[in-house]
Amino acid sequence: MKMIENVSRRGFIQGALASGVFILSARFVAQPLWADEAEVAPPFDPAVWMSIASDGTVTIVAHRSEMGCGSRTALPLVVTDELDADWSRVKIEQAIGDPKYGDQDTDGSHSVRSYFELMRQVGATGRTMLITAAATQWNVSPKDCSTEPHFVVHKASGKKLGYGELAASAAKLPVPSKDDVRFKSRSEWRYIGKESNALFDLSDIVTGKAVFGMDAVMPGMVYASVEHPPVLGQKIKTYDDKAALKVAGVQKTLTIETFKPPHMFQPLGGVAVIADNTWAAFQGRKSLKIEWDSSPHAVYNSGPYRKTLEETSRQPGKVVRNIGDVDAEFAKGGKIVESEYYTPHLAHASMEPPVAVAEYRAGKVLAWAPTQNPQAVQETIAGVLGIKKEDVTCHVTLLGGGFGRKSKPDQVAEAAVLSKQLGKPVKVVWSREDDIRFDFFHSVAAMYMKAAIGPNGKPTAWLQRTVYPPINSMFDVSARYADDEMGLGWNNLPFDIPNHRAENGPADFHVRIGWLRSVANIYHAYAIHSFADELAAMAKRDPAQYLLELIGPDRIVKLDDKEDEEIAKQGYPLDTARLRRVVEIVTEKSNWAKRPMGKGRGMGIAAHRSFYTYVATVVEVEVDSKGRVRMPNVWSAIDAGTVVSPDNIRNQVEGAAVFGTSLAMYSNITATNGAIDQSNFDKYQIARMSQAPRHIQVEIVKSDAPPAGVGEPGLPPFAPALCNAVFAATGKRVRELPLSKTKLL
Amino acid sequence: MIRLKVNGKEKTFEGDPDMPLLWYLRDVAGLTGTKFGCGMSLCGACTVHQNGEAIRSCTTTMREVAGSGITTIEGIAPMHPVQKAWMEIRVPQCGYCQTGQIMQAIALLKEHKHPSDEEIDSAMSGNLCRCGTYQRIRSAIHQAAKETA
Repeated sequence: MKMIENVSRRGFIQGALASGVFILSARFVAQPLWADEAEVAPPFDPAVWMSIASDGTVTIVAHRSEMGCGSRTALPLVVTDELDADWSRVKIEQAIGDPKYGDQDTDGSHSVRSYFELMRQVGATGRTMLITAAATQWNVSPKDCSTEPHFVVHKASGKKLGYGELAASAAKLPVPSKDDVRFKSRSEWRYIGKESNALFDLSDIVTGKAVFGMDAVMPGMVYASVEHPPVLGQKIKTYDDKAALKVAGVQKTLTIETFKPPHMFQPLGGVAVIADNTWAAFQGRKSLKIEWDSSPHAVYNSGPYRKTLEETSRQPGKVVRNIGDVDAEFAKGGKIVESEYYTPHLAHASMEPPVAVAEYRAGKVLAWAPTQNPQAVQETIAGVLGIKKEDVTCHVTLLGGGFGRKSKPDQVAEAAVLSKQLGKPVKVVWSREDDIRFDFFHSVAAMYMKAAIGPNGKPTAWLQRTVYPPINSMFDVSARYADDEMGLGWNNLPFDIPNHRAENGPADFHVRIGWLRSVANIYHAYAIHSFADELAAMAKRDPAQYLLELIGPDRIVKLDDKEDEEIAKQGYPLDTARLRRVVEIVTEKSNWAKRPMGKGRGMGIAAHRSFYTYVATVVEVEVDSKGRVRMPNVWSAIDAGTVVSPDNIRNQVEGAAVFGTSLAMYSNITATNGAIDQSNFDKYQIARMSQAPRHIQVEIVKSDAPPAGVGEPGLPPFAPALCNAVFAATGKRVRELPLSKTKLL
Repeated sequence: MIRLKVNGKEKTFEGDPDMPLLWYLRDVAGLTGTKFGCGMSLCGACTVHQNGEAIRSCTTTMREVAGSGITTIEGIAPMHPVQKAWMEIRVPQCGYCQTGQIMQAIALLKEHKHPSDEEIDSAMSGNLCRCGTYQRIRSAIHQAAKETA
């Protein structure tokens, strides 16, 4: 509550750094962060990032959202390290949405990858200027000065000045160019890569002081809960709110217009109940009587839709990668293996459902939201209300989980639309039922795999086809091919197979499709590594050894994907030596060679590169006489290049094993006549403590390679490793998720 | 009128007695450390103590807590050994469910001074964590049990 009041006193868009004496103010030349973001990365102005007050308080701006992955801690730690500041004297200010920060969409596991060097430069520039200021004052050469946390020191004379004391004079200096900035060597880092790093917000979290979107308030606000059309695109035909208005605490009802396609991130539409508190709004909704019109998406039934996807996957699709000639190899006859895999829709189910507070006043909007993408909040609200995006101010709270759902700000736009109608601030709270029924779902997917097996048991040809409604259907209703998802584990198979073709088949969307933690890598890795394990079993080979043979000799894999190629040039090639290494480490740590086999016990393995990080996972299972699966142990090895906070990386990968347990064993979203069948944690199950792996051990590969992703890459290998373990334990192959669909007895 | 004590302070409530305690705490009393997660006692994010016992405040009405002493996360004097253990083990990721987890863990340790893994699993399985911090929660509870011994 305090936070909001402070900020409203400050006004809409006052910079976080106004209190700083020393504010870096020159412009650096923009660094293209990665190919398709270069256009949104503006000239880089370090004044946005850091200031030092005369009491020595260093304020660092976190421009990426914190949803539990640690970027709000990691990037300021990098600045702090290169500045050689004392972390205990650092304050973090969360940025509002503003293109001056470049890209703020906290997705794709790239906060550290894209901003590591820029944050180093910000810190190192500040340190260099503080050294210059001290040297000038002491009339010595800057070369003879060094720093210790929060001080510049001159060893020869024993002189020492604090950063706070130097801030005013340092601020008057010209900002040195990058070439003249003194960067630390790796061995001088005090924070980067250190075990002692903990989340900045840790104590606020455990004491309940942390402010999430659910906790944001504005003076004079009312609460709203929205009854959405059950089928995508339906409009209100008639509605009767008489009973709803009689519910204690309900003030009125308002309608929100159904979006006009393409959907983008617009509100779904519906009837909003405005009330004195959240509960009254929820209660009022139960008494609404709404008749909805028809929607073409009412044809959506999960059973028949699955058949359509599977039939499509058996037909030739769009070729997205081609090596050699798989058809010629298949035509030779010999041993041919085919297999099909299916995965359902998933809902994100962040523990904090979508929520937002917004106020419309005189053509401008102020919003507080748990959003992964405050600039998308600006754009979406501007689009829906017909105002300029500069007139939308979006403050970002902590996010109670995000997993991709909170890149889409439809609920923030709902709050703005309602506030404009009411003339007062509105807090929109989605119930858990709203969250699960009206998600941007992880796509359902069907995969078809075919291989020709050579005399040594290794494939001589490998064909893979994947079919699912693309995320792009939210932006272009005619999109039926998943072009943007191909780089997510499909057009970059790192196997040493002379003939290989990857294809993608078309599919229609009927619900909102979105990004969910590691996105298409989930079903792509599941199909690829289940199939690899099937081939290993057929060849009567050790699955880990077989996997290493598939990976083949150490090499840089040539990629056909433009974006991948661009990023490869920045230090992120697909290097099979790194993939091999994580497999070797995980087999060693799991004592794979002595693994239990059969009679209800077994281990399975998978290894996958995503977001430029290499992860191998071994899952150990026990399947009891009733077919119940337990996981006593999981081991993962991760090579994410240079790491900032190792303990947080372990936490992320441990969490991926639990998130993976949910999707591999329990979670399943289905639709009937266009409406989603599940609505809360009773039917949409996510793993509980007793269902999660008992011990998860994570090994981080020491590496000086540039930093890669961490939040997502732990997830893709989990489900196939688990299903392969189930095969080892029971002889039953799991060709669809969740696992609960397969009878293990 | 309903009378109750929240974190040691006398409170009165004149609204709908069927309102769940959760929404009284959050929207009326302004105690937002207690979280909304599901509204059906399925996730435990809203866990508070009623006369020292863990309850789900999302399905407990104001009528049911009349005359009771309610303790929320704001009523736990920091750093409680459980909070301390949570920090040392660095349990949280997003942190949203953690206040509910901590309230549940404090109640568990009152009942079982040294819970086994199985007792922890059984007591904590009503508290969901989508980030997947269960292993650390279990370690932190063991650690807090050692501290309070």
